[in-house]
Amino acid sequence: MTMSPAVSTDPASAKRSWYKRNEIALTPWLFLAPGVLFFLFYVIMPIYQSFGLSLYDWNGLGDVRTNGEYVGLENYNKLFGLNGERADRNFQTSLWNNLKWLILYLLAIPGGLFIALFLNQTVRGIRLYKSLFFFPFVISQVVVGLVFSWFYLPNEGLLNTMIGWFGFDSVNILGDPTLATYGIIAAGLWPQTAYCMILYLTGLNAVDPEQVEAARLDGAKGWKMLWYVIIPQLKPATFIAFVVTIIGALRSFDLVSIMTGGGPFGSTRVLSYYVFEKSLSERGLQYGYAAAVAVVLFLIMLVFISYFLWSMYQDEKGARG
Amino acid sequence: MFPTPIEKSSRAVQLSYQAFLPLALFLWLLPLIAVMIFSIKPDADFTSGNYWGWPSSFEAINNYHKVFFESAMPRYLFNSVLITVPTVIGTVALASMTGFALGVYKFKGNLLIFFMFIAGNFVPFQILMVPVRDLTLDLGLYNTKTGLVLFHIAFQTGFATLFMRNFIRALPFPLIEAARVEGVAEWRIFWYVVLPLMKPALAAMAVLIFTFIWNDYFWAVVLTQGPESQPVTAGITSFNAQYRAAYHLMSAGSIVAALPPVAMFFLMQKHFIAGLTLGAVK
Repeated sequence: MTMSPAVSTDPASAKRSWYKRNEIALTPWLFLAPGVLFFLFYVIMPIYQSFGLSLYDWNGLGDVRTNGEYVGLENYNKLFGLNGERADRNFQTSLWNNLKWLILYLLAIPGGLFIALFLNQTVRGIRLYKSLFFFPFVISQVVVGLVFSWFYLPNEGLLNTMIGWFGFDSVNILGDPTLATYGIIAAGLWPQTAYCMILYLTGLNAVDPEQVEAARLDGAKGWKMLWYVIIPQLKPATFIAFVVTIIGALRSFDLVSIMTGGGPFGSTRVLSYYVFEKSLSERGLQYGYAAAVAVVLFLIMLVFISYFLWSMYQDEKGARG
Repeated sequence: MFPTPIEKSSRAVQLSYQAFLPLALFLWLLPLIAVMIFSIKPDADFTSGNYWGWPSSFEAINNYHKVFFESAMPRYLFNSVLITVPTVIGTVALASMTGFALGVYKFKGNLLIFFMFIAGNFVPFQILMVPVRDLTLDLGLYNTKTGLVLFHIAFQTGFATLFMRNFIRALPFPLIEAARVEGVAEWRIFWYVVLPLMKPALAAMAVLIFTFIWNDYFWAVVLTQGPESQPVTAGITSFNAQYRAAYHLMSAGSIVAALPPVAMFFLMQKHFIAGLTLGAVK
């Protein structure tokens, strides 16, 4: 038997035991460090930088502090037409279109629920049908945009060919300033509805069959059953569908860029596209101004993000309590 | 089960349901089917205005051959692979660590860091655009695949952490405690206890991020230009500019560009759907 000293005098083992003693407190930080640092560097810091940029007049060359001119809130004055400036019409169009996107995009939620209910059966080959209905979501938005712009073509497009069968004149959807935005939103709804559908299909699997049976015995069916028994149980799916649809609506860049490039006559611009146009496109090079638009978009998004985080926080508290 | 199982209804209802299914699917996928039809038609059909009639000849092999051997498409596809695969590996590695830290340990600031990841994941890309572009330029990584990969890893870590953390939360905690009682070091618990249990989550994350990154267009446009580093989503626009109005080739090109994530989805369907529902809808 060896005698172990009451207090270790070996410095190496003292150091090790310090780590050992604090292992549980230290480990999470060691595991977090790479991810958090990376995220701070590439995501959190740029948000602050954009806020700073929005106070400058800068053409993107060199460094903003040496080549840019500090103008305070001037960019925002120009956007909103404050302080004697004329309000930016393009900005207003973009804002207005974003609102259209937000409202119409929400149609993906009932649409997805409807298709999910339609497909929630156990007939032969239904799994393949479900996958094929989901198909549009897996394709990149670039391809969705191309597919729909060809679908809408006034002469070659299938849509107008079909309209022709019913004896109507062809409509140039993407060339018409009043229709173009709706045409793009319809293209966006295609994959988004597929996404909501898959959320609801998964949700419907988890619906408690006993509750459905009990409700059936009480004489509930059809709409009543759906509204009072099924939809409350689909709440988690609805929440996620809502989150991803709102985010998707405000992120609508790819489709606008591919299908119309903001046209015709700037009628399909949305904020995300306008930021890009004002900075990186050849018509742009107003980086400070673009940053101000980005900040506005960010603040709109922040309202929703705060709501999402708040409801997630409520869930967390519920899970702990 | 809701709605009422169709087996319980009359034969007529069952038959009409089964007949309506393919029709509904056909209507749903119509724009895509249109593109597929375009992609097998010959050039002559477009000049003669025969857009939707029977193809005068079937040129699928010719059209796709052109895409693969006479355009920059293979180059773009290869770039996409070189951007997507490292991003998937990097993100899964970082997020399994952050997810482990946030899911297993109780410490001050845990929820705050978790919420930072979620919030960051939801911000509009445009608020990051100019600073990230400048950052990438300063690092000398503008117009390189590395520049794109580094940003993608950082951004996707937010989403992946949300998923991993929730998954680890649902694992049986006594398992970890038992290992601790045995005196197993914490990093060994991560490597030998938690990581093997996370396999389904890792798979779900990998497929999902593969799809997101493969389909990314915005960052490809902001951080790269030209065929040496652009992925296929951005490349397809130059491809289309090259074959302007040659709908048969543009259609074939789009289908080729869309195919890899589609294949991924069909191969890994179960994991894919688990990922999409953020693990929240069981």
